Amino acid sequence: MIDSLFPLSSPAKAGAQARRKAPIGAAAPVLRTGRAPAFAGELGLKAIGPLFAVLALALATPALAQTDPATAPGQAPAPLEVSVTGGVSAPLPIAIPVMPTAQAVSTAAGSTDVLGRQLADIVANDLRNSGLFKPLAPGALRPVAFPEVTAPTYDYWGGTGAQALVQGFIRANGDGTLTVGCYLYDIFSKAELGRAGFVVPPADWRRAGHKCADMVYHRLTGEGPYFDSRVVYVSETGPKAKRIKRLAIMDQDGANHRFLTNGQSIVLTPRFAPNQQSIVYMSYVGDRPSIYVYDIGSGRQRLVVQNVSLSFAPRFSPDGRYILFSMAQGGNTDIYRVSSQGGSPQRLTTSPGIDTGGSYSPDGSRIVFESDRSGGQQLYVMNADGSDQRRISFGGGRYATPVWSPRGDLIAFTKIAGSFRIGTMSASGGNEKLLTNSWQDEGPSWSPNGRVITFFRSGQGGAGKADLWMVDLTGQVERKIPTPLDGSDPAWGPLRP
Amino acid sequence: MKTSNLLLAATALIAVAGCAKKRPEVLPPAPETSDVTQPQQPTGPANAGIVPGSDADFRRSVSSNTVNFAVDVYDIDPTARAILDSQAEWLAKYPNVRATIEGHCDERGTREYNLGLGDRRANAAKNYLVAKGVDPSRLTTISYGKERPLALGSDDSSYAQNRRTVTVVLN
Repeated sequence: MIDSLFPLSSPAKAGAQARRKAPIGAAAPVLRTGRAPAFAGELGLKAIGPLFAVLALALATPALAQTDPATAPGQAPAPLEVSVTGGVSAPLPIAIPVMPTAQAVSTAAGSTDVLGRQLADIVANDLRNSGLFKPLAPGALRPVAFPEVTAPTYDYWGGTGAQALVQGFIRANGDGTLTVGCYLYDIFSKAELGRAGFVVPPADWRRAGHKCADMVYHRLTGEGPYFDSRVVYVSETGPKAKRIKRLAIMDQDGANHRFLTNGQSIVLTPRFAPNQQSIVYMSYVGDRPSIYVYDIGSGRQRLVVQNVSLSFAPRFSPDGRYILFSMAQGGNTDIYRVSSQGGSPQRLTTSPGIDTGGSYSPDGSRIVFESDRSGGQQLYVMNADGSDQRRISFGGGRYATPVWSPRGDLIAFTKIAGSFRIGTMSASGGNEKLLTNSWQDEGPSWSPNGRVITFFRSGQGGAGKADLWMVDLTGQVERKIPTPLDGSDPAWGPLRP
Repeated sequence: MKTSNLLLAATALIAVAGCAKKRPEVLPPAPETSDVTQPQQPTGPANAGIVPGSDADFRRSVSSNTVNFAVDVYDIDPTARAILDSQAEWLAKYPNVRATIEGHCDERGTREYNLGLGDRRANAAKNYLVAKGVDPSRLTTISYGKERPLALGSDDSSYAQNRRTVTVVLN
């Protein structure tokens, strides 16, 4: 867990701490506007009102805190606003210069001046990869002196065409930790829009960059953050007839990649526990395909259910108390639920079809799953106890691998109609939208803010490989995730605290 | 019956191409001038090395250890029945032998569903063998979904070969 200089829990307390711990230079004005938080560094603002109201209030300069920016005289043009789902018209130009350090100090993570450059890169890459921002090229940036971090040279930055500016600093503390500060400015309004600060152990320095990017992203889009998160997946290599598969984990930008298993047994479909301390997955070890929980800290694995037969497709419940999984017996596959500590499974479906792939709604009250009971794979929703099973997919084609968005509004799936495509539909089954269009895309998993989906894409033929990709809800921003080998079965973890 | 012919051809292909483990090579007889004492070259395991009741014995004795399926189904069609009949016959000769039936799918299915479909196919083959008199306690099933294809192409012919069960005698 990162120590936030500006604790996220209490705005009042955060404001007080902000004034007390403000870095060198004049303290930037703290916004006190309407229902916007007193301290803009707070993330996860689910209690805040509608997006437009938040942005309109937030962009008013402090002196005009109660004035409607649209009518205030001498105000800058249209408020900075980035729409996530409406379609990407033009990414917002944003300047993210190297983050200076008052004094270059060698740390376990590297020298602070080098880290300052790398931090700016992390922020720029996160924002660029979202498709909504266009960071200025390095040639358009110039070095920022340490005092300038809280007193931006607006005139220069205005001349670059950027509309927003992210400045920050890094400092080595005496105890080996690092302090990273991050500030977001509206160039035309010449106002600070938000700040965030963190004290991190050297091993976690990259997370400060992601948290900074999250603050910027959240402030300008109103959407929840997602950059400070990890992806667990199956790393693949070897010939198509006998792939070597290993569990692997990495930051969502591909950094800090680590293998978790050694590839001696086939492993499939890993998923995070909600507390991110373990991963549930399926393994063929001992030729007995079963569900295991892997503890990330200790590296130990334990069998979840004393095996009665082929078990697979595991997922945790949102409260971490249960593991949903599928079990095949005598040619019939059904969905079961078991306490995450192990024990006797409770059967949830009984149809003679193949029922599999259960995924909980974020409130834990319902489960979406796939079943071929009607003749081909379709999506069904049931209560968490297995009651009231109803089909929700009715488009042409088959539907598989459903996953409920952490926001609760959408269900992502694989649609099979000739090709395999990633799509979303509302939780009641309407408003179907296909996001990708390739030969075989499958296995979607949601980002923590419910706005981006990771999946894997397979290629054709004997040399065909699988790779991890991400796509946003508009379907227009699609990119491959860099992995050391090939990859499949990605699962996006929660936002890290 | 086009599917049947296709399956027959596919099965023949498999029989000729061999499965993961090759059948021992037997040298063709030499021209008529040879006499019965002509030595055989030691290319691979000789027939005399195959243990009766082993998986190697099974594979050279039955018509095939592999049964194929049409898309998305787990029906045992007439071709499959003939193959399983020959498997049942061999299993009857060695009543103490146990076997695993692996279920496999082609790649044009999603990962988890294919695990269930492979299980269906494996159990369909098992149930047929049981109906033919094999004691069910001798047979276990496992599904590999689409994880272990036999043919690597992304075409119908490869897919037809991959939709299969494989009976493996446990030595």
